[in-house]
Amino acid sequence: MTGTMAAVGAGLAVIGAGLGIGRIGGSAMDAIARQPEATSKIQTAMIIAAALIEGAALFAIVVALIAK
Amino acid sequence: MKNRNLVGFFFFLLFVGTTISAFGQDSDEKGEGKEKEESERTFDASTFIMDHIADSHEWHILTKKNGESVAVYLPVIVYCREKGLDMFSSKKLAHGHEYKGYKLEEEGDLKGRIVTVNKDGRINEGNLPFDFSITKAVVGLFFAAVIGLLLFLSLSQSYKKTGISHPKGIQRFLEPIILFVRDDIAISNIGIHKYEKYMPYLLTVFFFILINNLMGLVPFPPPFGANVTGNIAVTFVLAVFTFLITQFNGNKNYWRHVFAPPGVPFWLLPIMIPVEIIGIFSKPFALMIRLFANITAGHIIVLSLVCLIFIFKSLGVAPVSILFVIFMDSLELLVAFLQAYIFTLLSALFISMAVEENH
Repeated sequence: MTGTMAAVGAGLAVIGAGLGIGRIGGSAMDAIARQPEATSKIQTAMIIAAALIEGAALFAIVVALIAK
Repeated sequence: MKNRNLVGFFFFLLFVGTTISAFGQDSDEKGEGKEKEESERTFDASTFIMDHIADSHEWHILTKKNGESVAVYLPVIVYCREKGLDMFSSKKLAHGHEYKGYKLEEEGDLKGRIVTVNKDGRINEGNLPFDFSITKAVVGLFFAAVIGLLLFLSLSQSYKKTGISHPKGIQRFLEPIILFVRDDIAISNIGIHKYEKYMPYLLTVFFFILINNLMGLVPFPPPFGANVTGNIAVTFVLAVFTFLITQFNGNKNYWRHVFAPPGVPFWLLPIMIPVEIIGIFSKPFALMIRLFANITAGHIIVLSLVCLIFIFKSLGVAPVSILFVIFMDSLELLVAFLQAYIFTLLSALFISMAVEENH
């Protein structure tokens, strides 16, 4: 039972990460469309923010792995 | 170049020392009935993956068709209060044999750890011995350290000979990266007056994590397949280094921000102070978990995609699986660089918060 719950928990965490990174990607697209010459700066900031959000989601994965 | 020869000799000694009993083979358990049973057993993907991710006392190279396994048996160094320090090859502990009162657990809670054994039973939770063995991750770590030393010592030697202006050879590759760490990470966060003191640490952490991440992606030959940054003990130590550097370099401003945050009314202080103190510990903790989980998750994904072939037991799955694996591996390459950058960036950020002046 704990195995299934752990898997469900991991899936829920990934929903959060997906939503967050999707929003970042969306705003990055809007910003690039508005100002194409700042593309590389926006891209760098987007990747950094995505990595930090992924860190939060991976917390949940680690807990799910421990709970097994 | 004396430095390079010395480092090469040290590398050689290290390798000779860590493979004391190389390429041992075990010759027991060869019944014919057992072979047939093993070939029809279903493939257990999760054990396979966990065994590849986890640290182990031997370096398993391949398993031959008749069940014998070829492995490099790494040395075991254990210290137990009654028996003192013991060093022997892990071949003596292979397959659950017991040697000198020590046994390698094969399943259960303590799987993969060395326990002390009584005459009849087990001396358990009170008395697990201290395990200082040279395990697979330690060998990988030594190898990465030697690579780093070779690269950077030769870099500094060539700077001494030709001067800073004209880069050639390995300088051309490393100099932009070092300047990137200095300009974009150190100076822009810590400030131009104080960054120099922390540059050695930031550079070391960046290249250490980068080299170990990249080495974890290459499965073969032996010194490369070790999962160093995916080992939570290693990332724990890196996070502890960042923690110690921020704490020992915190100035009055920093501690005032922790214990009396400016602009906070006094009745909120009983809540704010514990929150700030938890924040001091949770930031390096997040660093540790982020690096560990990213690298381990990447390895698990790649291994699972390769295991698909064995689960379906058909060759038709192979092209699809290999394509997916190539894609995931390129993503892992991006993650390797990105995680090194993020760890260094956040360390620089924490250091800057500790040393910044009042503005």
